This record gives sequence, C-alpha cells and structure tokens, in this order.
Amino acid sequence: MTLDDLQRGQQATITSVDWSLLAPDEAKRLRALGLDEGAEVALAHAGVFGGRDPLAVVVGRMTVAMRRKHARAMAVQVGQA
Amino acid sequence: MTRIRTAALVGNPNAGKSALFNMLTGARQKIANYPGVTVERKAGRLALPNGEPLELIDLPGSYSFDASSPDEEVTRKVVHGELEGEAQPEVLVLVLDAANLEQHLVFAQEVLALGRPTVVALNMMDLAERDGLVLDSSALSEALGVPVIPTVAVRRRGIADLVWAINNAEARAARDPADHQQPHLTLPERRLAARNIAKAAILSQSTEHRIHSGLDKVLLNPWLGPVILFALLFVIFQAVFAWATPFADALDGAVGAISGWVMEALPAGLLRDFLTDAVLAGVGSVVVFLPQIVILFFFILLMESSGYMARAAFLMDRMMQFVGLSGRSFIPLLSSFACAIPGIMATRSISDPKDRLTTILVAPLMTCSARLPVYAVIIAAFIPNSKVAGPIGLQGLVLFALYVAGILGAMVVALVLRRSVTKGAASGFIMEMPRYQVPHIKDLLIGLWQRAWVFLRRAGTIIFAATVILWVLLSFPKAEEGESQMDASIAGKLATGLHVVVEPIGFNREMALSIIPAMAAREVAVASLATTYAVDAEDEEAEAEGLAQTLSTRWSLPTALAFLAWFVFAPQCLSTIAVARRETNGWKWPAFMLAYLFALAYLSAGLTFWIATAAGL
Repeated sequence: MTLDDLQRGQQATITSVDWSLLAPDEAKRLRALGLDEGAEVALAHAGVFGGRDPLAVVVGRMTVAMRRKHARAMAVQVGQA
Repeated sequence: MTRIRTAALVGNPNAGKSALFNMLTGARQKIANYPGVTVERKAGRLALPNGEPLELIDLPGSYSFDASSPDEEVTRKVVHGELEGEAQPEVLVLVLDAANLEQHLVFAQEVLALGRPTVVALNMMDLAERDGLVLDSSALSEALGVPVIPTVAVRRRGIADLVWAINNAEARAARDPADHQQPHLTLPERRLAARNIAKAAILSQSTEHRIHSGLDKVLLNPWLGPVILFALLFVIFQAVFAWATPFADALDGAVGAISGWVMEALPAGLLRDFLTDAVLAGVGSVVVFLPQIVILFFFILLMESSGYMARAAFLMDRMMQFVGLSGRSFIPLLSSFACAIPGIMATRSISDPKDRLTTILVAPLMTCSARLPVYAVIIAAFIPNSKVAGPIGLQGLVLFALYVAGILGAMVVALVLRRSVTKGAASGFIMEMPRYQVPHIKDLLIGLWQRAWVFLRRAGTIIFAATVILWVLLSFPKAEEGESQMDASIAGKLATGLHVVVEPIGFNREMALSIIPAMAAREVAVASLATTYAVDAEDEEAEAEGLAQTLSTRWSLPTALAFLAWFVFAPQCLSTIAVARRETNGWKWPAFMLAYLFALAYLSAGLTFWIATAAGL
C-alpha cells in the first residue's frame, strides 16, 4: 500500500520510496522535507471539491502538501514503527 | 575605512527569519538584488552593544545546501563566501523554529559543520509553548556547541540577548577554535542526529490537540475550504473599494486645495500651467489611489504572515493543475494583483522552469493595483453607485467582474501556452505548510510601508516624468486662434496616427493619446486623461470639474467599457517588461508577452465595444 491509499487521519511509516517515479528535483525536495524511508507520516487532508488531489501529509511536527503522484511513490505500513 | 562587519540570518523557510530581521533592524532596510542573479537581498543595520554598526542580511530560507532553487543557491554561496561581490558574513545567525526543532536541526547541522562563528536563535518560542512544548535551550546549546538564544521575534523577547550573542560570537569562536568542527554527515545520519538532539532538548511535550490542525480541519475542508477562500477574496475586493473611499477623497481634496492655492499665488503663465496641469493634475490623480493599494497589500501581507497563503495555494492547486500549473503559482499570481513586479519575482520559488515561465507570462493578466486608478475612474464615471443586494454595490461587482476577467484570461492563456510554447511534463506541487500564527502589527506595517514607498517612488519618477513629457507634447506648439490646443499639439498629431488603429474598437482621440504615455505605467492613463482634459478646458471651472464627471459627459458607455476591457489585457508597464526580461534572461519572452497581450487587448476591447453598441448601451 502506498501513502495515497491512507484514509484521512490514518498514521503510517514509510517503508520504501520508489525514487524512479519522481523527478530528481521533486525527490530532492521531498527528502529535504523529511519524507524518506522510516519517516512516520499521517494523512491530514486530501483534495478539494471531492477530488483527492493534492494531499497534506503530516511528517513530524510539519505539514507538507504534495500531489497524489508523489504519494504513490511511497510504500507505507499502517501504524507507527 | 574598514568594511562594516556583516552577519547573516540563515535557516529553514518558515522559521520566522523575516520577523526576526524586522525586529533587529527596524524599518530602515535596503532591498536589492544579488549581483547577476534574480534573488532578493535584504539588508539592514543595527548597532552592537560595543558601539560598532553591523550589517545584517536576511538570506533566503533553505532546506539544505544541496540547492534545488536559485534562492537556496544564493544562501549556499553567501555562507560559503563564494558569491562574487558579497563578502562572507563574519557571523551566522541560525534561526530555528522551536516548535519544529527536529526538522530544522537537519539543515542546522549542515550550517554548523561550516565551523563559522554561529549563534542560534531558537525562534517562535511562543508557538512552541502554545503547542505544549517545553524546551531546554542550554541542553540544545550543549549539543550544538554554540550559544542558543530563545526568542519570540514578534514580541521582541530575547532580541537584546541575541544582539549580545552576535556581538560576542567571533571572540567566542576564536577562544575555542574548531572545538565544534563537526564531521560531514550524510542526510540520513543528520536526520537521526537531529532526532536525538531534539529529543534531548524537549523536556516535555503534551499530546494536546494543536490549534492549527483544528483550523486546518475547517480551512482545508474539501468543500468548505474553497468556499471560505473565495468569500475572503470577494471581501478583499469589496474592501479595497469601500474602505479606501474616505482616504482617497481626502487626498483628492488636498490635491485640489494645493492646486487652488497655486492658482491664487502664481500669475497666469507657463509655470502655473505646468504646476497645475502637469504636476498636480497628473501625479495627484495617481497618488489618490494609494489607499486602495495599501488596503490590497494589507490583506496579502495578512494572508502571508498568518500562514493562510500556503493553504490558499493548497486549495488552488487542483484548479491550477487543470491549466497545467501548480498551487505554487497561486502565490506569485495573487501578489500580481498588487503588482506584477513582485509577482514575477516571486515565481523564483517555482522550481519547474516551464511552470515558472508560464506563470511569468500570465502574471500581467492579474489585475494589478496600477489598473485600479483606471478602473476606478471609469467605474465611478459610468457605473451607477447603486446596491445590487444588501451591502453589495454594483460598482464593486463590476470591479470584481474585471478581476475575474483577468483570472479567466490567465487560465485560458496558461492552458494554451502549456500545450504549445511551454509544453512539457506536468509539474508537481510540494510545499511546506507553515503553522498558523497571529500576524504582528510591526511586520505588517514595515511590509506595507515598503510597498507604499515603491508605489510613491514610481509616482514620483516614472509617472512624474511621463506626465511632464505628455504635458510638453500637449502644450506645444501653441494653438492658433480658433484651433483647439489638442489638435495643434505634437501629442495630438501622434494620437491622430494611433487613433486610426484604435478607432475600430471604439477609442476616441483622447484615449489614443492616453495610452501612449501609459506604456510607462498603466495608471499614467488616468494622469494623462486628467492632463488632456484639463489642458483642453476653456475655464478654470471646467478644469476643477472632477475627471470622472468630465469623462461621463464625453464618452459613450460602450467606449468606456471597451477602455476597461483594453486594460484587462494591455501589457502597459515598462517595469513589468523589464522584470520579465531579467527573469527570463533575454528579450524573446518579453517580446512574446507584449505581442500576445496587445493582440488580446485589441480583440477584447473591440468585442466589448461592438457587442455593447449592438446591445444599444
């Protein structure tokens, strides 16, 4: 299951990231924001007007907005590590 | 003379660097660009306790020295002393968000590994306390090997201590040199270390629900969020019109009073004409719009400093994605409502080059404050000041429609551009959403002052020069008996030529005449209309008549509407074109921008005129 499959409010741990799905700059930025293997995340918000894009992901004490396609590159395991 | 020592503020975005910078330096700031790059350099002075002055620079926020934007590249180069023309700062002031310590410590370790004299400002302590965090700054100081000063920039807490620490930083670093030279770690190692350091510094942490997640539940609600955003934007535009009126009237009255005084004090002649017709009628009629510009910027600054702007970007991302852009473009485009220049400069935060180019190209379509004077005069002259429903006025509604026309135009253009000249892979949207905070009045005032000053400087220079040149063109050669001054003048002859081109879209000669100097800046159109009609007036009474009143008797409604439609699109702003040239490194894109915008302006003004005429308006 990937990050975009989470329900709102659900917590998970990133188990692996398929960096090949992400543009190099986007990968760099996500890593700089702490979205990497081992990060504990939670899905806070998803989309507007019923669309499920973009997503707001809580990582640590920070909220990061990203597109669904980014979240799809991150495999997660539900629950905190 | 020895060079003044410098210190630089470094830190993650949203660490509160700018608020800290404002508190340390006050309102006397110098804003320029770094040589050769289009990144803003903010510098200010402060007096150290030892009496020496210190130059403080506010570096762009960075997540890492592994730069992924021009902003981050500047920060990396400056702190490494690699930026040409910029001396390496003697002291680094590392700004950390106390409530987001673990994340900010990742970059902090990179900065500390440089081994430069460094002081840490543990900022936004109040927000950390609000979140139920208790931090031990001495433990953090121990772990990092540098002084750590807890600060609340917006309440001046810790500012004096921070200045002392900056003062002593070099002496302290000299005392124990390289004591804290840290090994270069990889990102996962730094992240692990950050977690451990943060754990050690956090004494207690309540699991209490944080305020901002509660706010986000409402403001980022998939249905309620966008509704709130649009309601807010609507309120802003109504306020721009309603609140500004008394101030604008007062300014208008003051200009009129000065004009009357000059009339009395000076004998009739060229000098008096110059002062009343060129200087006061021209510059005065533009300065009158300062209140509206200040109000619009007030709301934009409020949204930025409260943290809501990033939420607006989140809410807008879906719509922007539809036209091939991302939520990141929303902030530059919203800034462009005040002025396209800061808007185009704000596109630097967009990492995707195609995205950025598209945003630059459509930014002039956002209704900037320079259009407000034009819109305001035409609306006041032709749209009745009646209420549509409740407090919603017809004039405000027309203004809102003009803004919407610009937005829709931009969306269509972006959509077309993204499928043609700026074709490329769809871009992403990755953005940190800062925590909400109550904006601080001093930060707001400094920001407002800087914006108002830019506008007044434009009124004092470009607009002044343009109105004076226009007055000369209008006043010479002098008309002969029985001939109108305007027909005789050089400007009249130029306008006759242009009039042939714009006549099909309903423009009269005065309008043709006003859009020539308006190339310098749109608001000059109002100034030059004022000058034109003032010069052409037979007596002083007609001259004193308000411009709006004059226009309402001389223009037909379709003509006035066509003029409004023209200004929705016309790229009449030399500064914008200059900025676009600088930001795109060449003339190709500014030339493209000029061509497509003029074509759109001509078409839309024409369509408006023809349809309005056919409808019998």
